Amino acid sequence: MLNAVGREIPAELLVDGKEVYQGKFYMDGKYVKKDSPRSRRAVTPVADKLCATIREAAEKCGAHDGMTFSFHTEFRDGDYVSGMVAKVLIEEMGLKDITVAATSLGTAQGIIAQYIEQGRIVGAQTSGVRGPIGEVISAGKLATPAIIRSHGGRPRAIEAGEVHIDIAFLACASSDPFGNARGVGGKNNFGSMGFGMQDAQYADHTVVVTDTLVEAPNVPASIRAIDVDCVVVVDDIGDATRISTKEARMTDNPRELMMAENVARVIAATPYFADGFTFQTGVGGPSLAVNRFLEDHMVERGITMRFALGGTSSAICRLQDRGLVGHILDTQDFDQGAIDHISTHPDHHEIDLSEYANPANKGAYVNQLDFVVLAALEVDLHFNVNVITGSDGILRGAPGGHPDTAAGSKCCIIVTPLTRGRMATVCDSVVTVTTPGDCVDVLVTDYGIAVNPLRQDLIDCLDRAGIPHVTIEWLRDKAYGLVGTPDPLEWEDQVVAVVEARDGTILDVVRKIKPFVLS
Amino acid sequence: MIPRPKPEKFRLRRTMMFMNAQKPGLLKDAYIYGSDSIILDLEDAVAENQKDAARFSLYHAMQTIDYGNTEVIVRINGLDTPHWREDIRCVVASGADGIRIAKCESADDVHQVEAATLAAEREFGLEEGRTLLMAALESPQGILNAYEIVTASDRLFGCAISGGDFRKSMHVRIEKGGIEMLTARGMMLLAARAAGVQCFDTMFPNIDDMEAFREEVVQNRQMGFDGKSIVSPRQIRLVHEIFAPTAKEIAYAEKLVRSFNEQADSGIGVYTVDGKMVDIPFFEDARRTLELAKACGVYDGDL
Repeated sequence: MLNAVGREIPAELLVDGKEVYQGKFYMDGKYVKKDSPRSRRAVTPVADKLCATIREAAEKCGAHDGMTFSFHTEFRDGDYVSGMVAKVLIEEMGLKDITVAATSLGTAQGIIAQYIEQGRIVGAQTSGVRGPIGEVISAGKLATPAIIRSHGGRPRAIEAGEVHIDIAFLACASSDPFGNARGVGGKNNFGSMGFGMQDAQYADHTVVVTDTLVEAPNVPASIRAIDVDCVVVVDDIGDATRISTKEARMTDNPRELMMAENVARVIAATPYFADGFTFQTGVGGPSLAVNRFLEDHMVERGITMRFALGGTSSAICRLQDRGLVGHILDTQDFDQGAIDHISTHPDHHEIDLSEYANPANKGAYVNQLDFVVLAALEVDLHFNVNVITGSDGILRGAPGGHPDTAAGSKCCIIVTPLTRGRMATVCDSVVTVTTPGDCVDVLVTDYGIAVNPLRQDLIDCLDRAGIPHVTIEWLRDKAYGLVGTPDPLEWEDQVVAVVEARDGTILDVVRKIKPFVLS
Repeated sequence: MIPRPKPEKFRLRRTMMFMNAQKPGLLKDAYIYGSDSIILDLEDAVAENQKDAARFSLYHAMQTIDYGNTEVIVRINGLDTPHWREDIRCVVASGADGIRIAKCESADDVHQVEAATLAAEREFGLEEGRTLLMAALESPQGILNAYEIVTASDRLFGCAISGGDFRKSMHVRIEKGGIEMLTARGMMLLAARAAGVQCFDTMFPNIDDMEAFREEVVQNRQMGFDGKSIVSPRQIRLVHEIFAPTAKEIAYAEKLVRSFNEQADSGIGVYTVDGKMVDIPFFEDARRTLELAKACGVYDGDL
């Protein structure tokens, strides 16, 4: 069945009430019955909840074949815990038919790729797929298609019981012996626990894994002891120096700086750029650099930002320290500066993914966003964005909060170079739709700016400000003129991943790619 | 082959951005940053044993890349090298807009380049006189001969001082306030204005020191330069901002032009605007301000 972004969704996926995507506000006003965990009472007072090993904790929590376990990836590439846990469950305990429900799957979870290959892990639900895991999923090694959800879609699915977590293994920088745990206060701090907080409330069992045990009470706690079954102390939960990956760097590349400067000009040209505006940006080179240029416009106008949302870097913290940002509502921290800042600045707050972006609650913060600046792997003539599959059709990206912030914000700006190597970023039709075009307003590239024709009001704003812009067709032609028109990818029938829209409808599917043969 | 319109001798040249002609990654879309001109360098940026490779790279860039309205100038090797004649053949054959003569010291240098350029235009069947010239003055001798240099050819649209070599020959370094080059800049400006050609200041090498760069560009504008050599796209916007007339200057220029249009009929030559005495030269200056404002894209009035 064809959905609202023109993608054919196989009928066999449209069971148990699953629907195809029908527009960004389709589910507005509908009721949802929330799931609840099956929770074991801990009535008898105990000295602590410590377990000597992850295995002991897993056994206490009734780890079994066919179960689903979850973890958060606030450590990004520096995460140790997810790999440790998977190894215990699969290799030590010999469990099979396991499903992982993660906030992301990347290089730090590489061992999971082996278990998928071996058929021990049979299901994956995630908000991002990179590295070897993307390759094995794309090769069709999972028994059931992977489910890709946005950061808002994940809490929605958990609340709706579409994914029911048996055991959540949550890496925490510090914990007391009862499981009051935080993302700071330890030796490997990662800042906001936003990705993990909801898991503790909806999982049947929660295991806190930490490397820094502190005296109770460890407050203010992000994970509360009332939701925690066991606490395990390990040598190291992660490598905090690796959570600031190269994606979080502040660029000095003139091309990226030019794009960032143009994004800031576009923002300043809209009526939403007024005192008390709200803002989110990603951590790609040009997105992050927007902070730098936005500051000049804010100072010039004498306005401040009411809140900055989402993933947080030092750049936005510095703006807050200068009094230009009221609040930071933080779901994850991209660098050490932001990690230190969240525990010291009173108006730098930790929020969970549901508060951030869940479209099925009574109003997430993304709904208050004026601007969001996002990257893209591909953008097509309908302004549909792909951030999940490469030009070779292999899973290698993360929707994260992309679809949520795009849908919620008043002005969603995509910033991307027109070409990457020989790949055209602006194209006829994206490989996979991860953010629908009706949520995307402006595209800023190194070769020009295009505004979604649905937003005549923004076109008028740019014209009034004297900011030149072109059509997206012009950008597509320019891109193809530079690098050539690519041949379409060829797919097999097998669906290897389902891309859910944030509201739970099906936005697109990723199929197994046919091996490319030189003729 | 990408056809290019006949080069305009006098056009807006606030920024002339240098880049190594041998680096395809730089050449492929050098125009996107919006500098008025780019200068593809065959001289100092290119190693002695790579001159030939750089010419090929330059030629193929001009054959395949549409630089649109961005002027393309090529800096050729000095007349004391074995490279410059072949450089000129390459530039002319490629269809680039003009040649920057490195280390120009005399009218004779210009004449030699002009003759070789004309020969190349004939050889490759291009319109004679199409290829423009500019002179880079890099030595005390070049500065002292500035007037004869800038009046040596009809093709010559302007001159630039090249600070690196010049400072070495004067035994000075970059100084805050620019006193070390003040005389040379001033003499070159006088020669250029006397000859009715454009005049450009040297590049500022410290890309990260935007504050010192700003001071230098402000001084450039105060001294009367038409533009500046730059070495990074990050320097473009600042130069364009500083060289553009301010809103106040535009408003005053508009007022002057309107008042002159009114006064012209009544035959009055000298009168006062806002309490200041004005006459014909003010009118011309106001016209120039409005033209520059239009060219810089900061004027949308009806004059």
